Amino acid sequence: MNFDRIKEKLEILADAAKYDVSCSSSGSNRKNTKNGLGDSSGMGICHSYTEDGRCVSLLKILLTNHCIFDCAYCVTRRSNDIKRAAFKVQEVVDLTINFYRRNYIEGLFLSSGIFKDADYTMERLIKVAKKLREEENFNGYIHLKSIPGASDELMREAGLYADRLSVNIEVPTVSGLKLLAPEKKHEDFIKPMEKVKNEIIQFKQEKKFIKSTPKYAPAGQSTQMIVGATGESDRDIMYSANYYYQQYNMKRVYYSGYVPISSDPRLPTITSQVPMLRENRLYQTDWLLRFYGFDIRELLNNHHPNLDLDIDPKLSWALRNQHLFPVNINTADKMMLARVPGLGMRSVYKILQARKYRKLNWEHLKAIGVALNRAKYFIICDSRLWEKKDWTANQIKSKIIKTSSSKFRKDYSTQLNLFDHAS
Amino acid sequence: MHHKILIYDGTFQGLLTCIFQIYEEKLSDYSIHPEGYNQTDFFANKELVITDLEKSGRVLKRFKEYTSKKAVHRIYRAFLSEIPGVEIQIVEFFRHIFRHKTDLSDDFSYPPILKIAQIDRKVGREKHRMEAFIRFELLKDDIFFTKIAPDFNVLPLILKHFKNRYADQKWIIYDEKRQFGLFYDLKKVVPISLNFENNSKKDPNILHEDEINFQKLWKSYFDSSNIKSRKNTKLHLQHVPKRYWKYLTEKTIIM
Repeated sequence: MNFDRIKEKLEILADAAKYDVSCSSSGSNRKNTKNGLGDSSGMGICHSYTEDGRCVSLLKILLTNHCIFDCAYCVTRRSNDIKRAAFKVQEVVDLTINFYRRNYIEGLFLSSGIFKDADYTMERLIKVAKKLREEENFNGYIHLKSIPGASDELMREAGLYADRLSVNIEVPTVSGLKLLAPEKKHEDFIKPMEKVKNEIIQFKQEKKFIKSTPKYAPAGQSTQMIVGATGESDRDIMYSANYYYQQYNMKRVYYSGYVPISSDPRLPTITSQVPMLRENRLYQTDWLLRFYGFDIRELLNNHHPNLDLDIDPKLSWALRNQHLFPVNINTADKMMLARVPGLGMRSVYKILQARKYRKLNWEHLKAIGVALNRAKYFIICDSRLWEKKDWTANQIKSKIIKTSSSKFRKDYSTQLNLFDHAS
Repeated sequence: MHHKILIYDGTFQGLLTCIFQIYEEKLSDYSIHPEGYNQTDFFANKELVITDLEKSGRVLKRFKEYTSKKAVHRIYRAFLSEIPGVEIQIVEFFRHIFRHKTDLSDDFSYPPILKIAQIDRKVGREKHRMEAFIRFELLKDDIFFTKIAPDFNVLPLILKHFKNRYADQKWIIYDEKRQFGLFYDLKKVVPISLNFENNSKKDPNILHEDEINFQKLWKSYFDSSNIKSRKNTKLHLQHVPKRYWKYLTEKTIIM
């Protein structure tokens, strides 16, 4: 192995892959069989964290950053003057195996620029996965990119070796896509997604009758959207996400705050901030949809097209729906408890368990770990001491903000704005 | 009755034997410590409890009759924390169950049970961190080797994970703090103890010839996957507290 050359390629092709935020290594069920290498039947593991705080669980690289497309938002676009490189199939296999054996990673996340055409690129990705599974007896996690426009036959084959497949929608609206990636067609993204979805459904059907049906993408498929590159509202993004969750049974939708990489006039300037707080609020909304029983229309709608930056989306919803509160901690059902600001699903579980044995009071809730600074305005418990005054939504909001801290405060503080105007 | 100090051998069975004795002698004023505990109370009555597998088995069996595997597991993991005083919390947990003769193991409003659940989570976190942060180095004799020094005694808990995962390679995980390790010889995992005088981890002579090259590749990868404009040191340190950096190739290797 020529380590110097490999190092150079690795630096180029890891750098180009880092804007893909997915790092999930969980949700598969591939056990180590026949004394092979690796096991991805458990929970995901983050083996390290980059200095920006993101999880490193997979060797996340491009096979090549040569690309025939010229999408404005993408760092590997054809017209960008950067170093290009390409891995050989065997090189990726060797890197994956050697990193895995040292417990650096959970597996491989392989993406690629599109060279020649979609099928040619997809074939190469599949070759790597096939080699890992069949020659190296590798049972670690493999995430392959579905190349937009790849044929159904290839997508079928990819799912036999990969744990997860993903196509990145990148731009949440069709009009935005036309603006930033005029060479790409919306249908090309949808095609492999549709095929993978149908294969997974078919696998689940067959599995019921034939136990030995080969696994097909057991960790499902995911997608990613860039946030803040075109002028879309939070509602546009989340309605789109919701559509992909429902229509294509996505396991995850990722939101990636746009990192300025280009001086293209169609995009935010190179000095603009990465919208990290907005990204965070979108993820919170995503969690409320998937785990807390919220309907997207409750959180975002015509009257409320964007999420508040200064408070979380659940608190924001609760303040708009004060008529549903206060909730009695000792009698409310699980779904209503989950809607109380300051209660996470873990606290909800502990409350449900603990209240079987005795009525809970403030002390109990504190010990359980409830964020009372937010929750206390919305609940009553086994105590006569509770917020009896009818605070308005604005009063509650300012009281809560006063008692909490956020590193993003400067991003939304109105006082700072006043100060700016004065100077 | 005098305060009684029970000294046990540091094993889980030993602690269960203590519980047996507490019931047998109807003790109400007692404390429990592992061997090596230096007591200063000269007037207390000190007794060495000999681990008895029959007695400990009876205690556990009775406990399981009222509760579940999950509860036993939670207690065992809390026990492995080796936190001073955890023994008394465990005894209170058992007594709470025996007193009410029903499964109260999720009664988080009873302080010892909440405490055990919290310690269990801490131990679980440490276990998970070891599974994540262990970095093997390939030695000349084809063994993947690592040294660890976890806050809690998690080696018994991570055994299965590494055995399932690395079934086709020999490996050693050695706990420096507790001076014992696990060696997987391609068939089974055996406990070992090592003398480190001539087996230092950073001795380049014992490493496989490609080892340092792969470590450097990993470091390059780690650096290249960072997005500088999103730098967030607080979050980084929250995920990888500094006390774990010593394990991490990407934090320690000199390029």
